[in-house]
Amino acid sequence: MGPVLAGVLQLLALMVALALAYVPLGTYMAKVYSSDKHWRVERWIYRAIGAHPNTEMRWPAYLRGVLAFSAVGVLFLYLLQRLQGVLPGSLGFSSIEPAQAFNTAASFVTNTNWQSYSGEQAMGHVVQTAGLAVQNFVSAAVGIAVAVALVRGFARSRTGELGNFWSDLVRGVTRILLPGAAIAAVVLVACGVIQNFSGIHEVGQFMGASQQWNGGAVASQEAIKELGTNGGGYFNANSAHPFENPTPFTNLFEIFLLLVIPFSLTRTFGVMVGSVKQGYAILAAMASIWVGFVTLMMWTEFSHHGPALQIAGGAMEGKEVRFGVGASSIFAVSTTLTSTGAVDSFHSSFTGLGGGIAMLGMMLGEIAPGGVGSGLYGMLIMAVIAVFIAGLMVGRTPEYLGKKIGTREIKLAACYILITPALVLIFASVSMALPTPPQSMLNSGAHGFSEVLYAFTSASNNNGSAFAGLNANTDWFNTMTGLAMLLGRFLPMIFVLALAGSLAEQKPVPVTAGTLRTEKPLFASLLVGAILIITGLTYFPALALGPLAEGLAS
Amino acid sequence: MSTATPTRAPHSDVPTGHKAAEGRVGAGLFDPGQLVKSLPDAFRKLDPRVMVKSPVMFVVWIGSFLTTVFSFTDPGNWFGWTISAWLWLTVVFANLAEAVAEGRGKAQADTLRKAKTDTVARRLLADGSEEQVPGTELRIGDLVVCEAGDVIPGDGDVVEGVASVDESAITGESAPVIRESGGDRSAVTGGTKVLSDRIVIRITTKPGETFIDRMISLVEGAARQKTPNEIALNILLASLTIVFLLAVATLPPFAAYAGTHLTMVVLVALLVCLIPTTIGALLSAIGIAGMDRLVQRNVLAMSGRAVEAAGDVSTLLLDKTGTITLGNRQAAEFVPVSGTTEAEVADAAQLSSLADETPEGRSVVVLAKEKYGLRERHQGELAGAEWIAFTAQTRMSGVDVDGRKIRKGAAGSVITWVQEQGGTLPEDADTIAARISEAGGTPLLVAVDDERGARVLGVIHLKDVVKDGMRERFVELRRMGIKTVMITGDNPLTAKAIADEAGVDDFLAEATPEDKMALIKREQAGGKLVAMTGDGTNDAPALAQADVGVAMNTGTSAAKEAGNMVDLDSNPTKLIEIVEIGKQLLITRGALTTFSIANDVAKYFAIIPALFAAVYPGLDKLNIMGLSSPDSAILSAVVFNALIIIALVPLSLRGVQYRPMSADRMLRRNLTIYGLGGLIAPFIGIKIIDMLISLIPGIR
Repeated sequence: MGPVLAGVLQLLALMVALALAYVPLGTYMAKVYSSDKHWRVERWIYRAIGAHPNTEMRWPAYLRGVLAFSAVGVLFLYLLQRLQGVLPGSLGFSSIEPAQAFNTAASFVTNTNWQSYSGEQAMGHVVQTAGLAVQNFVSAAVGIAVAVALVRGFARSRTGELGNFWSDLVRGVTRILLPGAAIAAVVLVACGVIQNFSGIHEVGQFMGASQQWNGGAVASQEAIKELGTNGGGYFNANSAHPFENPTPFTNLFEIFLLLVIPFSLTRTFGVMVGSVKQGYAILAAMASIWVGFVTLMMWTEFSHHGPALQIAGGAMEGKEVRFGVGASSIFAVSTTLTSTGAVDSFHSSFTGLGGGIAMLGMMLGEIAPGGVGSGLYGMLIMAVIAVFIAGLMVGRTPEYLGKKIGTREIKLAACYILITPALVLIFASVSMALPTPPQSMLNSGAHGFSEVLYAFTSASNNNGSAFAGLNANTDWFNTMTGLAMLLGRFLPMIFVLALAGSLAEQKPVPVTAGTLRTEKPLFASLLVGAILIITGLTYFPALALGPLAEGLAS
Repeated sequence: MSTATPTRAPHSDVPTGHKAAEGRVGAGLFDPGQLVKSLPDAFRKLDPRVMVKSPVMFVVWIGSFLTTVFSFTDPGNWFGWTISAWLWLTVVFANLAEAVAEGRGKAQADTLRKAKTDTVARRLLADGSEEQVPGTELRIGDLVVCEAGDVIPGDGDVVEGVASVDESAITGESAPVIRESGGDRSAVTGGTKVLSDRIVIRITTKPGETFIDRMISLVEGAARQKTPNEIALNILLASLTIVFLLAVATLPPFAAYAGTHLTMVVLVALLVCLIPTTIGALLSAIGIAGMDRLVQRNVLAMSGRAVEAAGDVSTLLLDKTGTITLGNRQAAEFVPVSGTTEAEVADAAQLSSLADETPEGRSVVVLAKEKYGLRERHQGELAGAEWIAFTAQTRMSGVDVDGRKIRKGAAGSVITWVQEQGGTLPEDADTIAARISEAGGTPLLVAVDDERGARVLGVIHLKDVVKDGMRERFVELRRMGIKTVMITGDNPLTAKAIADEAGVDDFLAEATPEDKMALIKREQAGGKLVAMTGDGTNDAPALAQADVGVAMNTGTSAAKEAGNMVDLDSNPTKLIEIVEIGKQLLITRGALTTFSIANDVAKYFAIIPALFAAVYPGLDKLNIMGLSSPDSAILSAVVFNALIIIALVPLSLRGVQYRPMSADRMLRRNLTIYGLGGLIAPFIGIKIIDMLISLIPGIR
């Protein structure tokens, strides 16, 4: 079997698995957020944190919950790292420096999981498990909660109420992420991923030198790393490390994990707004971008010019031989199109165009299918924009899911789409203009620029993957990417929740033959077109000077 | 039977097939001469205080300014000057589009101003004497006297007398209309002229705020406020502009790292090509032209908001009479009772209707002639005949001739008359009348009293005639997702029959103003937008409640105040056209926005290789148009960007072609034309411009 065929078959297997999970998981999640029953353990949590889970919140209250909870998370994580040196169970690692501690705290709370440190050389068991792993769960649950609030905005009428943040947050963890991660962890352990609290092992190498291996609760962290589209690896090599991702099967399984919730949330959306077809349309838009990007990536990575590449059967540099070009391409696209950022191969080593595809995937705003929750709300915002432009063409003022897209709605959506381009371009531009930051580049020329552009694209879009090469552990990059992550996560949420509030207050517009049918394939393709054109236009000049210059050079 | 004399001939000609095609929105001529005429205005609008109202074009304005300043620092650079010139042209073209749109209204405003010449009013004092005051000094509540030949000095209601008034100054319609005190025909408009008789008017508006003043400011666009959807679109365009501003502003450090220096001129050129200038330039013209299309159809929208709402309307309330059916019922058949023949009935019906001047009476004579070949006899032909004219009290007409007495009229009246003459009633007269009623018609009895005694001969079937083409229109409306509700004072049985025949979705029978109001509120509660027409004072609350309330110009001032549109032709059928114009306005905006954004793709393929192929030769592969040189590529994109605005001015003024169809088909169609077309057109346009530029000697 040739490597191309193998890649295609893996892609098909993945699609079948995702399709099988779609209806049950999506419907289940809809039930989770619609049920009025609380589990006993949830009641304990509410009592412990003093929340009233049955109180309906308007959008400002919901937002306050999101921001307060996340602020506490950042602070806690920061302190935990700063105090690591005096905490037990730290494998003897010292405390993290302020800039890096801030960066890491911002990174894990924003579901980005950008890592300017090497896990096995900096973080002990306590920080990994009590700090980072906890955020892996709750940051993902926050994302889903905000998405659910927006969906409620569409589903509800003549009320400003969007549900209860604390209840949505807790249920996301107890009913979706914890059970899901537990099952996934068992599968991973069964397939060879390690799970222990063992210390550092000194291992002799074949050539005589020695190497340090440390153990850890890897499988449990790996499961939520993918399922919650986090991406922060236990080890620096992330999913390329055999302890995290030992076999081609675990590789495929991890890709499945990082895609399954974002895709299935479109079903949740469909069920909650009372038309699963609307969910299918959003799914179709997400899926066609994802499949299109995977195809493009495989094409660029398999088509080879140089003799070394021809002998290897594709661009194998930076890719694990146990995965090959096909699986690595699927992983790279899936991790950049979701806000995961885990890697099983080094994006910097992809062909010039391949690196560009990974970057463009993030630039789309992490919406195909995107991060858990953030992918859905990002895509719905784009749907609002697409409806606004195209909706006029059917001769009515635009409406989506029975809600008018008026001045207030478009103002909020327009602000949303401004944020990440502004962050990416401004941070990258300032970095390039200053004398010091470019010194972090490993490479010169277009590839060096790609490293910087990639870093801020990844941070601002809360992806977290890195274009290896850049030394991001400097005060400048730690601080600036940290800021980009925080702003790129929470500013959009403000507008999403405000939009949700505005939609929920409206009275519904009935569907007639004159209504733009947003559940039809025509609209899905329109949505894809609008996303590609708007993103493409925004980043084309920057991409031209990085990956395009490199990729078209030969 | 109607006894009211219509103040104006009902518009029975709309919509016939031909007229409907012509009346379709989308028609409208564009005269290139207007471009030249509006040039001075276009330059006047370059004032930054005016420009700032259109964010996209203001950015172009600043860009033009910067490149011009930059060119002064490098005067030998032909490229900088050429780009600056074309950037200024881009702004001028945008202003030109707006000026042309406004210019069309100005001509109308001038005509209106002529009507508003300073008038001298004859104010009636408390003691009954008159004093002469200038029209501008009239206050609300003043009583003024107008006699034949006087121009009415201000808006008001007739409180005394009846007069024929020439309203052509406002409506363009030369036939005079009747204005009388009381009732629904009491409103008069300042600037119109009394042709006969004397009336006393109570002034209801302050000078400067009269109907004609409002019309002038409306058609001139002075009172134009941006509509909600226009504001929303402006916000989206502004945000896209900011995105592209960021993309361009952050580029110099990237380029510097790559080893090339980007001048101010190319940065501005790139920016202007990317920001949505096409729609930004035409947006305001589209809005003005939309209002103007209404004005051309003699409809005045009091706000642009109403025009937009018209596009969103999902329920139309249509008055039966005059809108769905011709104004009057017409005789459709003669049904004999047993023992008589159809010809006998026809003959008697004709004779008895000769003295009936109402439209219904005339229609009996016409039917007798057309269907039974009975020549119309004139009243003078029959010697010694005594004519009994129709009156509202007797509800009968007839003739006494040669010892025969013939009567025709409302069933009750004729039955009473037959009984008075000592005659009997045939049993089947009742059944026939009942059958006609059930079918939605009105039965009239024909009776005779001759040597065989008084008896009923037969029944005339009077029928509401549904206008030609209405059925098709309702089918179209349904396809557009609009529900039609027929409003009528008829009983439910009659209403249903006509509703079925016309093909409306629903009807409201025996409708009172309260019923109408309740219906509107019910529809609105379900999220629907309702449009209706009305003219009477008791329509006013419903007109105010409806999202689109079109008041008839013949109606009362209360109705005109309450509605958000006034139809100067007082033609209720126009509501359908108003909806179409609203839709067309929105479609034009959407289509040009899509076109504008799709255009950018080609511009990138022109400009990016031009900027960077020197440092990264691989990027020359993006020059898929094979443009001749970097300078020419950038210039071609800028020139295309400017020319496309002028090229689209006619479209934005005329509106995109609109045909009623389902939303799905409409989207597919417009997306193909303006989305795909917008993607491809600039590739061709830029290439052609580049080829022309490369022909100019001295240019690389």
